[in-house]
Amino acid sequence: MDYQVNEKGYYGDFGGAYIPEMMYPNIEELRKRYLEIMEEPSFKAEFDQLMKDYVGRPSPLYLAKRLSERYGAKIFLKREDLNHTGAHKINNTIGQILLAKRLGKNRIIAETGAGQHGVATATVCALMGLECVVYMGEIDMARQAPNVARMKMMGAEVRPAVSGSKTLKDATNEAMRDWISNPVDTHYIIGSVVGPHPYPDMVARFQSIISAETKKQLLEQTGSENPDIVIACVGGGSNAMGMFYHYLNEEGVRLIAAEAAGKGVDSGESAATSVLGKEGVLHGSRTILMQTDDGQVVEPYSISAGLDYPGIGPQHAFLHKIGRAEYVSITDEEAMQAGLLLTRLEGIIPAIESAHALAQLEKMTFRGNEQVVVCLSGRGDKDLDNYMKYFGF
Amino acid sequence: MSRIKKLFKEKEGSKLLSIYYTAGYPKLNDTLEIARQLAASGADFLEIGFPYSDPVADGPTIQHSSEQALKNGMTVKLLFEQLKDLRQYTDIPVLLMGYVNPLLQYGVEHFCQSCAEVGVDGIIVPDLPVYEYESLYKDIFARYGLSNIFLITPQTSEERVRQIDELTTGFIYMVSSASTTGNKLDVDTSLANYFNRVKSLALKNPLVMGFGIRGKEQFDQALEYADAAIIGSEFVKLLDKEDYLDRIPTFIADIKGLPISV
Repeated sequence: MDYQVNEKGYYGDFGGAYIPEMMYPNIEELRKRYLEIMEEPSFKAEFDQLMKDYVGRPSPLYLAKRLSERYGAKIFLKREDLNHTGAHKINNTIGQILLAKRLGKNRIIAETGAGQHGVATATVCALMGLECVVYMGEIDMARQAPNVARMKMMGAEVRPAVSGSKTLKDATNEAMRDWISNPVDTHYIIGSVVGPHPYPDMVARFQSIISAETKKQLLEQTGSENPDIVIACVGGGSNAMGMFYHYLNEEGVRLIAAEAAGKGVDSGESAATSVLGKEGVLHGSRTILMQTDDGQVVEPYSISAGLDYPGIGPQHAFLHKIGRAEYVSITDEEAMQAGLLLTRLEGIIPAIESAHALAQLEKMTFRGNEQVVVCLSGRGDKDLDNYMKYFGF
Repeated sequence: MSRIKKLFKEKEGSKLLSIYYTAGYPKLNDTLEIARQLAASGADFLEIGFPYSDPVADGPTIQHSSEQALKNGMTVKLLFEQLKDLRQYTDIPVLLMGYVNPLLQYGVEHFCQSCAEVGVDGIIVPDLPVYEYESLYKDIFARYGLSNIFLITPQTSEERVRQIDELTTGFIYMVSSASTTGNKLDVDTSLANYFNRVKSLALKNPLVMGFGIRGKEQFDQALEYADAAIIGSEFVKLLDKEDYLDRIPTFIADIKGLPISV
């Protein structure tokens, strides 16, 4: 089975490039050149060196002993939380900024929800000396003030998105409008495996370093590249796609994607796209999205700002539809408890996003010898306020 | 012959004006009344927007009108109900403009069928790409005799402009500059070069310029290069005024430089 994008930019029925003509030349340039640039030896060398010396890769694959004991399985954590800037997002922004430089772009724009991708973008712009504008929903700017400060400190301009619901999807709209108005000198660093082709494929390739390393590390530690089960959280789905990437064709490996159910799938306050969504077009690709019967996009909810996106990447929509990966729903409460549990058992404070993946462990029954890899996509420092409030510390 | 073809044939050389407005804004049920008043005031064709929650090609004015229209309860289904008697009101070409997702949810075939039933002549969907249109929807549009209008921009290559010209059966929407809707047109040398370049291609479809046309000055400028021009955001702003229906005749007359006709 082929799980990758075809030459027209589709994964089965999903994907494509549903963009206004004003964006076409930029997307077309990217489509024509991204693979060729990523294959260049000088690109690879620069990417690899930055991954190693700047990001701190390979990120450890850690056998969590006490967590394993608790669940009766052998549980490994892929420690993306230990990357520079605290999450997997940097893998993609490093890749895209190197690409942007080779395309001759001198101005970078990005969207951000919780601010993690915005910080990762501002970081690489500072590193490369490029102008950086990050769009962020006005409401998110208030909720995530420390990340706004980090971006500003690194020299980025943070522009509030004041349209619509003033959150991630509106920040994405504003970034697209900026790109329409700046069609020549600007590259748009999209932060997830969403958007028009070739973004979902390009971002998945940059994030695929997660599963490439995992295979190697697991082989060293256990004698086998493949675990029985892989679990990752999904908002747009970039850490999950990176974590799944090299396991897609290993049909014996169970792939589980944890979506944010918010206050419950049927509560009206949820971001469980695969359950609540229908097929349609969001931000340039055909995928599954939460929408009204009339095709208006519905604002999702999750306690985790990185998972409250009304769609999922088109490759996820495809994997969901054909059943290659299982999409499960995790509530705020389940995620918060899982986050606290990891803190108490292993001394690791996970991002609330990643805690959704951990919460899936609680719902499974293990025979005792299964090997499970959970992608710990980010660290929980940014979420301390939320944890404190939630548990009343 | 379609109404669009007929218009450009019979009125060739005259300054044609199209007006865009968002259905359901500012009031939910004025869609047909605004169309009637525009037609009576001398607008040559109309684009009626069906609102979408995430209009990426639009600037603040049309974004706001879409948001308000949705709050008022506008839907695609309601729009077709409102347009049921369209052809008792006016004979000028009417196109619907909006984004692809509401169209997909209503169903492309169903949408085309509804357009044909009420007498809508064409559709403009900025985020419906050429490839998807050609491979999935072209035959459906043809079956219902609907024009699908594509956009071109200063960055669109000649090869692609020609491809779009081949696929089009109405007119080509020439976006005046690299921007979203609502900015002000300012024809500098590079824009003039673009307009002249497109004009010199001698395309089989008429050229209609949109984005940034605010009043008579830009309208006249646009008509130096195009067969017609579209005013959107500036007209939507007029709708903010209490007595907007009464103001329409003067608005149109001012732009076309004509005596007031109503």
